[in-house]
Amino acid sequence: MDESRLMNFRDAVLEALFLEMRADPNVILVGEDVGAAGGVFKQTQGLFDEFGDRRVIDTPISEPGAFGMAIGAAMSGMRPVFEVMFGDFMTLCMDQLVNQAAKVRYMSNGAARVPLVLRTTMGTGANLGPQHSQGFYAWAAHTPGLKVVIPSNAADAGGLMRAAIRDDDPVLFFEDRLLYNSSCEIASGLPIVPIGSARIVREGRDVTIIAIGRMVAFAQEAADRLAKDGVDVEIVDPRTILPLDEATIVGSVKKTHRAIVVDGAPRAYGVTGEIAATIMEQAFDWLDAPVMRIAAVNAPVPVSRSLEPLVRPDANTIENAVRAAIA
Amino acid sequence: MPQMNLAEALIDGLIWSLRADPRATIIGRGIAGHGPEHAAEDRLKQEFGSRIIDPPTSEAAVAQLGTGAAMAGARPFVHYGTAVFAYEAWNQFINEAANIHYMSNGQLSAPVTFHLFHGIRGGGGPQHSGSPYAMYANNPGLEIVLPTSPRDAKGLMRSAMASNNPTIVIQNAQLLGLTEDVPAEDYSIPFGKAVVKRDGRDVSVIACSRSVIDALEAADILEKEGLSVEVVDIRTLAPLDVDTIVASVEKTGRMVAVDETYEICGVASELIASVVTRAFSALKTQPVRVGRPMTPVPFSPPLEAAVNPGTQKIVDACRRACKR
Amino acid sequence: MNKALKNAGGASVDGRLLLSMHRTMLRIRHFEETIRRLAASGAVPGLVHLCAGQEATNVGIIAALEDRDFIASHHRGHGHCIAKGAPVEGLMAEILGKASGMCGGRSGSMHVIDMERGNLGTNGIVGGGIPLAAGAALAARARGSDDVCVCFFGDGALNQGLLHECMNMAAIWKLAVVFVCENNGYGEFTAIDDVTAGPSLPGRGEVFGIPSEMIDGMDVQAVYAAARKAVDYARAGHGPSFIICNTWRFGGHHVGDKQEYKDDEETRAWRLRDPLLRSAKALSAAGIVSEEAIAQMEQDAISEMAALADGVRNGSEPAAQTLLEHVYG
Repeated sequence: MDESRLMNFRDAVLEALFLEMRADPNVILVGEDVGAAGGVFKQTQGLFDEFGDRRVIDTPISEPGAFGMAIGAAMSGMRPVFEVMFGDFMTLCMDQLVNQAAKVRYMSNGAARVPLVLRTTMGTGANLGPQHSQGFYAWAAHTPGLKVVIPSNAADAGGLMRAAIRDDDPVLFFEDRLLYNSSCEIASGLPIVPIGSARIVREGRDVTIIAIGRMVAFAQEAADRLAKDGVDVEIVDPRTILPLDEATIVGSVKKTHRAIVVDGAPRAYGVTGEIAATIMEQAFDWLDAPVMRIAAVNAPVPVSRSLEPLVRPDANTIENAVRAAIA
Repeated sequence: MPQMNLAEALIDGLIWSLRADPRATIIGRGIAGHGPEHAAEDRLKQEFGSRIIDPPTSEAAVAQLGTGAAMAGARPFVHYGTAVFAYEAWNQFINEAANIHYMSNGQLSAPVTFHLFHGIRGGGGPQHSGSPYAMYANNPGLEIVLPTSPRDAKGLMRSAMASNNPTIVIQNAQLLGLTEDVPAEDYSIPFGKAVVKRDGRDVSVIACSRSVIDALEAADILEKEGLSVEVVDIRTLAPLDVDTIVASVEKTGRMVAVDETYEICGVASELIASVVTRAFSALKTQPVRVGRPMTPVPFSPPLEAAVNPGTQKIVDACRRACKR
Repeated sequence: MNKALKNAGGASVDGRLLLSMHRTMLRIRHFEETIRRLAASGAVPGLVHLCAGQEATNVGIIAALEDRDFIASHHRGHGHCIAKGAPVEGLMAEILGKASGMCGGRSGSMHVIDMERGNLGTNGIVGGGIPLAAGAALAARARGSDDVCVCFFGDGALNQGLLHECMNMAAIWKLAVVFVCENNGYGEFTAIDDVTAGPSLPGRGEVFGIPSEMIDGMDVQAVYAAARKAVDYARAGHGPSFIICNTWRFGGHHVGDKQEYKDDEETRAWRLRDPLLRSAKALSAAGIVSEEAIAQMEQDAISEMAALADGVRNGSEPAAQTLLEHVYG
C-alpha cells in the first residue's frame, strides 16, 4: 500500500511542479536562472532536463517585462509559473501585478483569465539585508483579483502549489527561504490542499494563536513550553491570506475567547491588523481580552547577525505574549 | 484671510517651500490636476519656472532620479498624475527611498516628496481609480500624508518639503475644489497629529482622505436622528496618531473606521486593530469597518457608486455601532 | 517641426484590399466622431481618447494579420478594436459604461478586452500592453503555433523601460511580435521632441538586432506594406520587427483637451495629409471605384454609427448586484 514519505519544503514544491507539468502541457515555468541553472536555491532542479527550453524558460533580469509577458501568455492559453527570485523584486512587477493580472478577468467581464502563479521567496534569517528579506504579502492581499498563499510546512507547500497551478486566477505563492529544508511526512501522491482553507495545527482551550508562515513553528515551540505550565494553546495556520478562512479563525476564537496574531512581516497596515480587525468585528462579544498583535518591528531588515533576529517575533515573544494574555 | 481652494493652497505651500529652500525643485506638471482647478499651477510656474522640469513618461526612472537627487542634497517634489502610475515606480519608493536612511546607518537621507492623486473620480475605471496608500504605509521608512482641507494641504505640504524622510502626499482628486479661508503667511502642520473635525458623544468615526468629508456629511444626517457623531481625521497614515484616536473612542465608547481603500489589509483594519488593543475595555459594542469592497473599480457610473464607501454606508455603520 | 513630416513613402496594394481598408478607416473615423459628440453631450463617463487621424496605422497593420493573431492596444485604441473586428455597438456601449457593453460596463474605453478576436485589450497604463503581446507570442512559441502578435503603443511609451526589456526578450527568443509605435507627436500634452533623446527612433530597435523602420503612418498602403513584411517575417519564425508609424491625432489627448500646446500651422499641414483623403484619392485614381461610390461609403459609415448612438445612450446601466461578479473565476 502507498506510504507517506519524509520530504522537505523545497522538494515538495518541486514535486508539485513535476506533477503539474506532466499533467498539463500548458504549464510553463518562467524566471531568472530557473532553467539550466536549476534555481538559485536549487528549487527548480531537473525541470529543464525533463521539459526543455520551450517550457522552462530562463529570462533576462527584466522582471517587469518578463512578468508582463507571463500574463500575456496566461491570457492566451498557458498556465505560467513565474518565479521572482526574491520577493523584494516583486516591487518591479507591481504595475503588471495590480493593474493587469489582478484586473483582466474583471475588466473583460469574465471573458479573459490569468491562470498564473507568481512564486517568490521571502523572509528574514539569512542576513540578506533590507532589500532581500522583506515579506510583501499584505499589499497583495489588499488587491482584489489576486489570491495569496503562504505555506508553513512541506505538505501544505506541495499541496498548495498544485492547487495554485490549477487555479484559474493569479495566485501569489510566498516561500519562506528558511523553511526550504524543513521536512514533514507527506502522503503519497502529494495531495492537493485547497486554497482558502485554514488548518488547525493544534487544538487547545485557553488561547488561539493565529500564525503566518514560519511563525507557525515558533508558535508550536511556545505552545509546547506553555503546555508544561498547563496552558492549553490552539494554533491556527491560515495558509491562505486572500481569501482568508475567516470562519475557522473566528470559530477558534469563539471557543478560546483570546487571540494573538503573529506575523514575520511589518505590523503597520499588514496581515495582523486585518486578522485582528476581523476577529474584533465578528467575535467581539466572545472576547475576554483585546486581540494582541505580534509582528516585525517598524524598521528595514538589517544584515547584522545580532540585529536581524530582533526584527521578527520568535518563540520567546510568543510565549511572553500568551502569558500576558491569560494573566 | 484669503479664500483658497485646496489646489491653490497646495500650490501656496509649495511656493513657500521653494522660497524657503533653494534646494527645492519640482519634477512634473499638472500638479493642480487637469480639472477646473488646474490654473492654480500658473503661480508656481510664474515664480519658479526655472526650477520646474517636465519629465518623459518614465515613471520608474523619474522616481529614482528624484530619490538620487534627494540623496545628493536636493529636495525634489515629484508629481505623478494618477497614483496607479506609481505602481511602475514601486521598487524605487519601497526598496530605495524608504530604505536608504537605514541602510546607510544615517549617512544619507532621501528628502523627496512624491505627490499622487488617488481615488474614485468618476469614470476612472479599473486602472485610474486606485488608492494604494495602505500598501505604502506597510513599509517602514515612508511618511504618508492625506490632506482633506485647504488649510491642511498648505501646512502639510510645507512639512513634507521640509521633512528629511521620503514623503508621499496622496491627494484625493475630488477634493481639489474644496474652499475655505487659508492664512496667507507661511506655516506648517506637523505630521502624526490627528484632528477632531467634529465633536460628538455617541460614536467616533475615524477616517482619512475623502472619507472624512463623507463622514462629516453622515454626522449631519445622524444629528437629526439624535445621534452625536465625533469625526477624527487622521491626516497622516504614517506616522499614525493613535493617542488622539484612542482618546476619542474612550470618550464615545463606539468606533467606526472608514476609508476609501479596500477593506482587506487596509486603513480601517489597521485603525481598528491598533485602537481596540488599547481601548478595548472602553468599547461598548464591536468596532465596525467601512471600506471599498474587494473588486476592481468598475467604469460604469452606478457600479462605481456602489463601490464607493460614501455617506450612506457611514450612516448605516454608525447606526449599527449604536445598535439603532 | 515634428520629426514625422520629414518622411514620406508609398506603396500600392491590391485594389480590393485598399477598398476594404478604406471602409474600415471610415467606420473608425465616424465611430470616433460619434463618441466625440456623445462625450461632448456628457454621455461618456470619465475621459475618452480618440484616434481620428490615426486610422491608417490601426487598419494598415491589422489588415496584415489573420483572425487568429493577437493584438494588444493602448488608451487610444478604439480603432484597433474595430479593425480587429469588434462589434461597434458593443464597443460604443462599453465606452458609455452600459450593461450591454463588450465588458459589461466594467472597463470603459481604456480597458476593452476582446478575447474572441485575439484582442488582449486597450490599456490605461502607458506601455502596459507591450509585455502582454510579447507574452502571447511566448505562448504561441510554447504551443508550437505560428500566431503573430502586434503590440501597439504611442510615442510616450518609447521612454518606458518595459519596451526595451520586451524588445530584448523578443529578440533573444525570436518571438513572433511586431512592435508598432504610433507616433502622433505628443505624449499626453508634451511634444515628443521635448522628451525623447537621440537622432534615430528606429535605432531603438536596431540595437537589439530587430529590423526597424520609420514609415508614413498617414498612408495606409505604406503601413500595410511594412506590416505585411513584418508579419510574414514573424510568422516564418525569424522574430520581431519594429515599425514606427508617424501619424497625428486630430483631436487632443482626450475629448475636452483645448490643445493650446499645438502649433496651428503644423495642425493645418497634418490635416492635409488625412489618411482618408489619401486612400480615397488612390482608389479613384486607380479607377477601383468612382468618387460617388466613395462618398456613398462615407455616408454609410456615418449612418451606421449615428444610428447606434441613441440606442446605446439609452441602454440600461449594469445592476449594482453584479458589482462583485468576475473578480475571481
